[in-house]
Amino acid sequence: MKAFRRLRRNFEHGVHPAHHKQQTENLPIQRVPFGKDYIMPLGQHIGIPARAIVTAGERVLRGQMIAEPGGFVSTSLHSPVTGTVKEIGDFRGVDGRFAPAIAIEADAFATQQVDAGTSIDWEAMSQEEFIEAVQMAGIVGMGGAAFPAHVKLSVPDGVRIRSLLINGAECEPYLTTDHRLMLERPEALLEGAEIMRQKLGAEEAVIGIEANKPDAIEIVQKHIQPGAPVRVVPLKVKYPQGAEKMMIKSVFDVEVPAGQLPRDVEVNVNNVGTIVAIADYFLRGMPLIERVVTVAGPGVTYPANLIVPLGTPVRDVVQFCGGLKPGTREIVMGGPMMGRPIASLDVPILKGCSGVLVFTEEQTARRREYPCISCGRCLEACPYFLNPSRLARLSKSRMFDEMKAYNVFDCVECGCCTFSCPSNIPIVQLIRTAKDDLSHRKEPDA
Amino acid sequence: MNNLLLAPAIMVGIGLFFGTVLAIAQRFLKVDEDPRIEATNELLPGTNCGACGQPGCLPFAEKLVAGEIDPGQCTVSSDENLEQIAEYLQVDAGRAEKLVARLRCGGGGLQAHQIAEYRGFEGCRAAAVVSGGGKGCAWGCLGLADCERACTFDAIHMNANGLPQVNMDKCRACPDCVAACPRDLFELVPLNQKLYVQCNIPLAGEAATQLCAVACDACGKCAADAAPGLITMEGNLPVIDYSSGGEPKPDAVFRCATRSIVWLEGEQFQNQESRKAGAV
Repeated sequence: MKAFRRLRRNFEHGVHPAHHKQQTENLPIQRVPFGKDYIMPLGQHIGIPARAIVTAGERVLRGQMIAEPGGFVSTSLHSPVTGTVKEIGDFRGVDGRFAPAIAIEADAFATQQVDAGTSIDWEAMSQEEFIEAVQMAGIVGMGGAAFPAHVKLSVPDGVRIRSLLINGAECEPYLTTDHRLMLERPEALLEGAEIMRQKLGAEEAVIGIEANKPDAIEIVQKHIQPGAPVRVVPLKVKYPQGAEKMMIKSVFDVEVPAGQLPRDVEVNVNNVGTIVAIADYFLRGMPLIERVVTVAGPGVTYPANLIVPLGTPVRDVVQFCGGLKPGTREIVMGGPMMGRPIASLDVPILKGCSGVLVFTEEQTARRREYPCISCGRCLEACPYFLNPSRLARLSKSRMFDEMKAYNVFDCVECGCCTFSCPSNIPIVQLIRTAKDDLSHRKEPDA
Repeated sequence: MNNLLLAPAIMVGIGLFFGTVLAIAQRFLKVDEDPRIEATNELLPGTNCGACGQPGCLPFAEKLVAGEIDPGQCTVSSDENLEQIAEYLQVDAGRAEKLVARLRCGGGGLQAHQIAEYRGFEGCRAAAVVSGGGKGCAWGCLGLADCERACTFDAIHMNANGLPQVNMDKCRACPDCVAACPRDLFELVPLNQKLYVQCNIPLAGEAATQLCAVACDACGKCAADAAPGLITMEGNLPVIDYSSGGEPKPDAVFRCATRSIVWLEGEQFQNQESRKAGAV
């Protein structure tokens, strides 16, 4: 019976990419030494960009707020280093476009210590105060989307959250940041879970971990106090197990309807990294100024799991890992399935960047594209039950408006369709192209 | 034999019956339509390009007959066609000024510095969603021919330098390329406006020129050399105000070190092949 229930811990469709995690899963998290130049883009989270509150030439301390939220769906930024604000101007971002950012030059003689020990009395805080505190700490979803965490926390009246679901699936190949965090800081994870659970008014906290991390499951389970309303749920190894709607289906066997949010099924989903960041802020007074990044892939000399101050250029991170091997062709920010290749090594590490993956010719060679043979593998792979092959064909013939009828905006670009396509059609890129065209559509009169 | 004839007989019977019904309907339920609309529509090019601002040629013809717009609004028709329509409807042709699509970028493969290699799906917008392609400049032409594919009139072709060359005779100034460009580089410019800024980089000085050999470095010499008020510097780029009254002259482009402001006698990028990167 138990084995049978285990089988249900699953969602429909999805794919099974090779996980390639051996490279870094046993490497302890290291700290990267401080460099010289840091670039903090004002729009590194989803929503309205932050507003800079410092000026060029000003001295800033590590952990000091340098930009305030530009609205409700926005968050603040803190200086990752003690140093001087060099410039507030446009810098190249991950998407290749130039966007406003604060450039900070680190002070080579500063101790770079955060004024620690200022724990915050979170228990006495009201719901509103807590939400504001999370916004002021600059905490966003650390799984990759970088959605401001406080927006998820503020539930409208009449909606109640039954469960806090903590996402430790880390279903993307190569990445091991959440895995290492769970192994090395299970106490912080459980502390953060308790804070979040109480503030959300949830009955229980559930930590979902893919079954290919038995050590993490064991360690987290060992740290749970007897009687605490926290449980660990091992999940089937499958991509995209870590997508929030998929995970809710796997853990609670509830489907979140298209266009609705997890809160509509009384669940709040947060990444392991986000929960640890919450604990770090409320118990240790440390705003979000650094994050764990996996540097891996066949093109990097020494793969590693690193604590990187936000705003560090990728160049410095790769240099710390021994540089690039000859034959490197592509550097991807994020995981190989959903991450984005970067065109310049000067782009900084952002709040939502969980990995820097370096690939060589072998993995990135563009295989010859064949016509769609209507095999239907992408339909069977799509966890959102869309029709990727139809969407790709429409996008190729630039019939973007018709794609709306095929629910193109429900696509989360997880990459299952492209992964499963035997004809090597770049389906996700075609869908992204269409979404970009539809959202930047110019009015004929303008 | 009987059975064999029965089926055709029934079909013929049904056909005759509905034919009669239709004939009667045509006689008594007829909607009177201005025959001039149909005739005007025949004279229009029938491409339904939308350049006139109407959804297609038939709605344009309806408005023409109603006298709400001039035939000249159709930029696609030849002059003779427009004359014919004007004569038929007894109105003034009101030919609008000839517009042509111009690209606000001169940085082809030989000029714009490459910082990465793009190997994804061929298309500008597809590249724009992946780190903005391989060129260092984040504002210039991506060179992957979205405009060439979008052009209804076969007027745009990519030249050897990777820039779209607009055939001015074929260009009908419909907004297809304007809409297709993910970087908003195409604009429809009157043919007689010969002074043109061929750059879109909002950076100044070395920051701009290290991205592209023909980038505007915002030195402002063109503004100083042109008639007063004709050229102003806005956001590190010269803006030409043809309504200012100052007469545009080729003098303004002579001192441009990067040749980002040009005097166009005809098509853009005509002699670009001879102008190699760095040889400015």
